[in-house]
Amino acid sequence: MDTIFALASAQGRAGVAVVRLSGPDAFKICRSIAGDLPKNRSTAVRSLKDQDGQVLDKALVLRFDGPRSFTGEDVIEFHLHGSVAVVQAVLRVLGDDGRARLAEPGEFTRRALENGKMDLAQVEGLADLIESETEAQRTQALRVVSGHFGALVEGWRSSLIRVASLIEATIDFADEDVPVDVSDEVVALLENVRNELVSEIAGSRVAERIRTGFEVAIVGPPNAGKSTLLNALAGRDVAITSEIAGTTRDVIEVRMDLGGLPVTILDTAGLREGQDAIEAIGIARALSRAGQADLRVLLASERSFSGLELMDDDIVVAPKADQTGSGVSGLTGQGVPELLDAIKRVLSDRASLAGLATHERHRIAMQSTKDTLEVVLPLVESGPGYYDISSEELRSAIRSLEVLVGRIDVENLLDEIFSSFCLGK
Amino acid sequence: MKHFDVAVIGGGHAGAEAAHAAARTGASTVLITMSRDGIGVMSCNPAIGGLGKGHLVREIDAMDGVMGRVADAAGIQFRLLNRRKGPAVQGPRTQADRRIYQATMLSETLNQQNLTVVEGEVTDFIMKSGAVEGVVLADGSEIRARKTILTTGTFLRGVIHIGDVSRSGGRMGDKASVALADRIDSFGLPLGRLKTGTPPRLDGRTIRWDLLDHQDADEDPSMFSFLSDRPQARQISCGITHTNEKTHEIIRNNLERSAMYGGHIDGVGPRYCPSIEDKVVRFADKTSHQVFLEPEGLNDHTVYPNGISTSLPESVQEEYVQSIFGLEAAKILQPGYAIEYDYVDPRALDSRLALDNVPNLYLAGQINGTTGYEEAAAQGLVAGLNAALSATGREPLEFGRGGSYIGVMIDDLTTRGVTEPYRMFTSRAEFRLTLRADNADQRLTPLAIATGGVSERRIEVFGRKMERLERGRSLTTDTHFTPKQVAQAGINVNQDGTKRTAFQVLAFPDVDFANLISLEPRLSEIDAETQTQIGREALYANYIVRQEKDIARLAKDEAHKIPAGFDYASIDGLSNELTSKLEVVRPSTLAQAARIDGMTPAALALLLAILRQRSRKTA
Repeated sequence: MDTIFALASAQGRAGVAVVRLSGPDAFKICRSIAGDLPKNRSTAVRSLKDQDGQVLDKALVLRFDGPRSFTGEDVIEFHLHGSVAVVQAVLRVLGDDGRARLAEPGEFTRRALENGKMDLAQVEGLADLIESETEAQRTQALRVVSGHFGALVEGWRSSLIRVASLIEATIDFADEDVPVDVSDEVVALLENVRNELVSEIAGSRVAERIRTGFEVAIVGPPNAGKSTLLNALAGRDVAITSEIAGTTRDVIEVRMDLGGLPVTILDTAGLREGQDAIEAIGIARALSRAGQADLRVLLASERSFSGLELMDDDIVVAPKADQTGSGVSGLTGQGVPELLDAIKRVLSDRASLAGLATHERHRIAMQSTKDTLEVVLPLVESGPGYYDISSEELRSAIRSLEVLVGRIDVENLLDEIFSSFCLGK
Repeated sequence: MKHFDVAVIGGGHAGAEAAHAAARTGASTVLITMSRDGIGVMSCNPAIGGLGKGHLVREIDAMDGVMGRVADAAGIQFRLLNRRKGPAVQGPRTQADRRIYQATMLSETLNQQNLTVVEGEVTDFIMKSGAVEGVVLADGSEIRARKTILTTGTFLRGVIHIGDVSRSGGRMGDKASVALADRIDSFGLPLGRLKTGTPPRLDGRTIRWDLLDHQDADEDPSMFSFLSDRPQARQISCGITHTNEKTHEIIRNNLERSAMYGGHIDGVGPRYCPSIEDKVVRFADKTSHQVFLEPEGLNDHTVYPNGISTSLPESVQEEYVQSIFGLEAAKILQPGYAIEYDYVDPRALDSRLALDNVPNLYLAGQINGTTGYEEAAAQGLVAGLNAALSATGREPLEFGRGGSYIGVMIDDLTTRGVTEPYRMFTSRAEFRLTLRADNADQRLTPLAIATGGVSERRIEVFGRKMERLERGRSLTTDTHFTPKQVAQAGINVNQDGTKRTAFQVLAFPDVDFANLISLEPRLSEIDAETQTQIGREALYANYIVRQEKDIARLAKDEAHKIPAGFDYASIDGLSNELTSKLEVVRPSTLAQAARIDGMTPAALALLLAILRQRSRKTA
């Protein structure tokens, strides 16, 4: 039985965050990061350290010996300071340890059930989990991960399908008109995926997003009051405001805390045909940053706006409520709380879908896929005689990337095979 | 009136294997066929085995089934496919002499204990309170049976198309079987429509063999049955030729006259076995396609041109055939045709191939949406064994994905259904390195022996083989070498000071027994066949350990049975989507539920919780 871990408390910033670790290696893993264990069913304060001895947090460690525990197995709970960064770091250290893996949704419960530890009242709670899980699955696929990353992931998926189908075609249709040796194409595709994985893991966009939080861009025509709104949101003068359209040239960022979520608000140059070269650069920058942001707030009276593609969740609100009576005004504060609520609602929906665990899961998936691809590559290079083993390793690589690219099963491979090769002798 | 434990309707590959399996297991069995001459007929290409299919035949043989032995008797061109790739992906195949195959299958059938053959046409089932209790024949006589297995292939609304001419066909195309079809309709089973095609058969005496390339049989043939050691029939070679631009032009010019392209057919055809019309249209840039000319027997002039199945009119068939190199004067003995038929959505079956909603009725073979003799026979085996076990009050026999290709197929069919005629591929088996053709006996023969009815000879052969293997395994795992010794034998090894067993060294690339024997002469006590088998095991040893863990996890979920009439709608919290999928598939275990598309871990936990809760209530 695998040892599993996960954040057991709610996502996002909170006073205390609980990370639970359950399974045969729970105590051993706890010893390596927290030192001595407390006695059974008692607590101790311990400094949690990563492999290099760097302190991550001073945490309360709880120990439950199986079978008298939530899951019926040996269980450790870490009660951490509820900062996003701390939780992230602890999950990462647990994942890197190698003896435990991130739990699937419902997995603790599943174990509790298997070990006869759950009463029926607790089981009822599962129903809610499933609702949110299916909703998450529907939306998660590629929307959670933002545009650029989503395109990468889609590319990985089609490369892996192509690779697996090439190898399987030489195996399952060996007596037909298919190429015998597909190593060159396979190696090229796999090296490409491996290199992209390496750079994604190194740059770890996913982890970056956790550290920096969500980005919300305020966009709109010049002189719509974007900077005034930013100042109102920030509660201080961070942007220069004036009556002159086009005052804001560069992108101005303000970090703030919205209901526990780290958010960076971006004030951007007003979007219009550039009056001078510098303003034109500012507008180009505004469009690019706004496009990459997690959410856009458009200050305009209607939804359509040239030059910027709006997503479904994006917020459109009328500017200068102080003059028109409706919408939002940074000057008088009218509509500001409502706007903040709206932003908060969209982002916390996203946070629950693309929570810490999801991001950590992505990182772990990329890492273990990369590791497996390093094994696959030399095997494939050794030629068709090793395709049986290559394809087995490839299968594990694909399985570990499933959380990102979605499930790839034999039907996907057959689709690809039948559309690329004319079979049927 | 006659009473049997098991009645099998149909004597094709599914029916014959089902009848034998039931009879072996000790159930009194009747095989009802329109004609004795229909038993073991190869209605399509004259070959058995191949990739994935060869695995199925080995597994049928390991269960002491008939197909492997009969194919060995009839084989006229044995070839082991993927010979240069790893043993896990090698597949035995042979061309078969149609007449020898049929004659051997018939004599095996007539000689099988507990098995009665009745010639007749089944017109109806005997029904009692919604359950099947036997069959009614055309002459009005009745045969009672505790369990009935229907293996009638394409007879449900089968329609044959040759160009724009179509007629109802299939095995029992006459009035009487319409009554049986009506009875089946009354069960309200979910049906779908499929199609498949055949090429024109050619007169081998009109083919210019002397001009064509040949493909020969293997010099060292691999047999299907673990009881066979060499072919019985003379080995022949097949001819190879190719279509050309002219062939393709003829086909393109006549496309609208093809039944398929003329809009006469709506069934879904197999993508791995397209008609020549399909190939020309879908792969328009290919100027040539391979055609294998396969003789149908040693004393038979009929030749099966593999690769040009069609539903064009006869005159066009002749024109395009004669445009092919070596076939300029070829005569068509029987035109190619397409057949369209209804199949029963196999998700209506449980893992024993019994219908969920019609007690005592089992379905096997093409009627379940599969194609191929091997797929049919393997289903016949499963249905036959389980019908017999159930009729005689014994526990069912489950074939899981972790144990056999048979299990993979049954699970694919009953969990995911089919969208095109289902054919086995090795890529369907996620435990491919463990489920090999070479170890089918080790995986399944013990199961067959425990079930009963296995021949003395097989028990003895298997027992001796296992003894030799065990001895060889312990010798190779008890012999240790230092890295230095290993290097002395010319093997590249990390000089890390770790001693390795002979078994571990065998897993190194390019190492074989000869290298080991040079280090430890005692290893030469192991006979050649056992050496080969241990070599295969060593090659995959690391992967097999990994797969064993996965298989164990699977087995745990398989142990959580879901009762037949389980009410999914009553579970709070399951999404409508999941509920309706569960209701269609009706998984028999938690493991099967887990494989349903869109299933989530939390939903499984909930399902498990409810199962626990119910079993506690009833306990």
